Amino acid sequence: MAGAAVLGRLTWLGAEVAAVVPETPRVRTLELYAPGWLGHRAGQHLDLRLTAEDGYQAQRSYSIASAPGDSLTLTVERLDDGEVSPYLVDEAREGDMVELRGPIGGYFVWDGNETEPVLLVAGGSGVVPLMAMARHRSRIGSTAPMRLLFSSRTLEDVIYREELERLAAEGDGFEVVHTLTREQPPGWTGYSRRIDPELLAEVAFPAHERPRVYVCGSTRFVDAAADGLIELGYEPAWIRTERFGATGS
Amino acid sequence: MEMQDLRLDGNAIGGLMLELVGADLTASTCVCGGCGAHEEMARLDVYTGAGIVVRCRHCEAVMIRIVQGRGRTWLDLSGTASLELGSAP
Amino acid sequence: MVFSRGFRGKRREGPPDRVPPGQYLTDDFPVLSAGPTPHTPLDEWTFTIQGGAEPVTWTWDEFRALPSETPTVDIHCVTRWSKLDTVWEGVSVDTLLEAVEHDASYAVAFCDGGYTTNLPLEDLTGGKAWVAYSYDGDDLDPEHGGPARLLVPHLYFWKSAKWVRGLSLRDEDEPGFWESNGYHLRGDPWLEQRYWGD
Repeated sequence: MAGAAVLGRLTWLGAEVAAVVPETPRVRTLELYAPGWLGHRAGQHLDLRLTAEDGYQAQRSYSIASAPGDSLTLTVERLDDGEVSPYLVDEAREGDMVELRGPIGGYFVWDGNETEPVLLVAGGSGVVPLMAMARHRSRIGSTAPMRLLFSSRTLEDVIYREELERLAAEGDGFEVVHTLTREQPPGWTGYSRRIDPELLAEVAFPAHERPRVYVCGSTRFVDAAADGLIELGYEPAWIRTERFGATGS
Repeated sequence: MEMQDLRLDGNAIGGLMLELVGADLTASTCVCGGCGAHEEMARLDVYTGAGIVVRCRHCEAVMIRIVQGRGRTWLDLSGTASLELGSAP
Repeated sequence: MVFSRGFRGKRREGPPDRVPPGQYLTDDFPVLSAGPTPHTPLDEWTFTIQGGAEPVTWTWDEFRALPSETPTVDIHCVTRWSKLDTVWEGVSVDTLLEAVEHDASYAVAFCDGGYTTNLPLEDLTGGKAWVAYSYDGDDLDPEHGGPARLLVPHLYFWKSAKWVRGLSLRDEDEPGFWESNGYHLRGDPWLEQRYWGD
């Protein structure tokens, strides 16, 4: 198993953009058709490479948004000074070709075999690998308690908002708590500030439940969330983190 | 852009290490040659300068340096006392 | 090769007499770093030249009292971006070396955080290098090397060591942080000396 699987992950695979789905003004999901893609675990990422007509290449890592077993999708946020994300969010269309390598990651993964509660903490587009975990949980019918604490700038920027509402409405132990840090709609009763130890104390599972934690977002976001959880008595070993540059990739 | 945001973690070099050593090292235990701390590569600090620098999160010692160019790669592991290979995929 | 329709990237070509081979122009000032940003308080900051007859040290106030220059220069990073007409203010390395009696041929710049880079003195003298404390009219940002960095624009920018604290004069060329791991010992962008063997 090892040899063929590793070689498969090492090579660049051609992939076609099968569909594009706008998520928010700055974020788009791309469904990719990649024959030869070996599948992935929830939380993993892939490397994506673009080649211009003159041979110039640029490469970035993107978390896989889809659950294992579903069509491969990525969700990408446009970085204003980005080189690859503006292309993926604004330009790429059905039929366009990209190259992929992966899946990558043996640390920031959740397979659903565990029964302990799972706390997911997302900053902006850091929600993407955590969404793969939530989707995977739903797909396999896991009843492990899973709670997503999701920090976004405004309601309009909340990626996957409707789908998260649906998952939470299933009543099978999945919950979402939002915080909107920049602007809140009239009548908003949710949190309206950046994550801090007080907010975490109200939202996180109590430490005695020994939860698994996955935190993803910018370095500053991840460090603040992880430090806050440790102040609540969480063990560093329970907390898995993945840092994106700036706000996304 | 905040300086802190330039510090990523070992997840960010997962693909690169896969390419270089043929194994996914993100969950591999690395031992710091400076202070002896054991951490998975995903829990090391990754900086991008002229090349890539991987530092111990505890003592900031340089554990790995990588330079790539013209199809060549220079990999310095001298700051890593031990690196686990062959973690489960 | 798998081409991505419509992808260009951000690069801009520039006039070949200003932009060395393999480089692209940028309007921003990318921040690259080998480690966390040091924060040495100015009342603890010193710049030292060692390896001469005696070590010579300036405090921040003494350093800022030295005659300064405002060079406008083009800079070229080995990661392929170039930025033209950047404006700096700093003390010429020639001015600093005048205070030291020495017969060295090389130097190693050493910095807060442990970064080092090596240069022949020829590349540090004759009006080619400064210890700069101001960029674009403002105090040099810590993320760009403030309070002071080495500025050696005729070589790839990894030689313009951030958070510089001094020069160690040597008889031999001793590879620094990057030069000991693949990057070229000298780093002339016009000869495209990026890597060992170039």
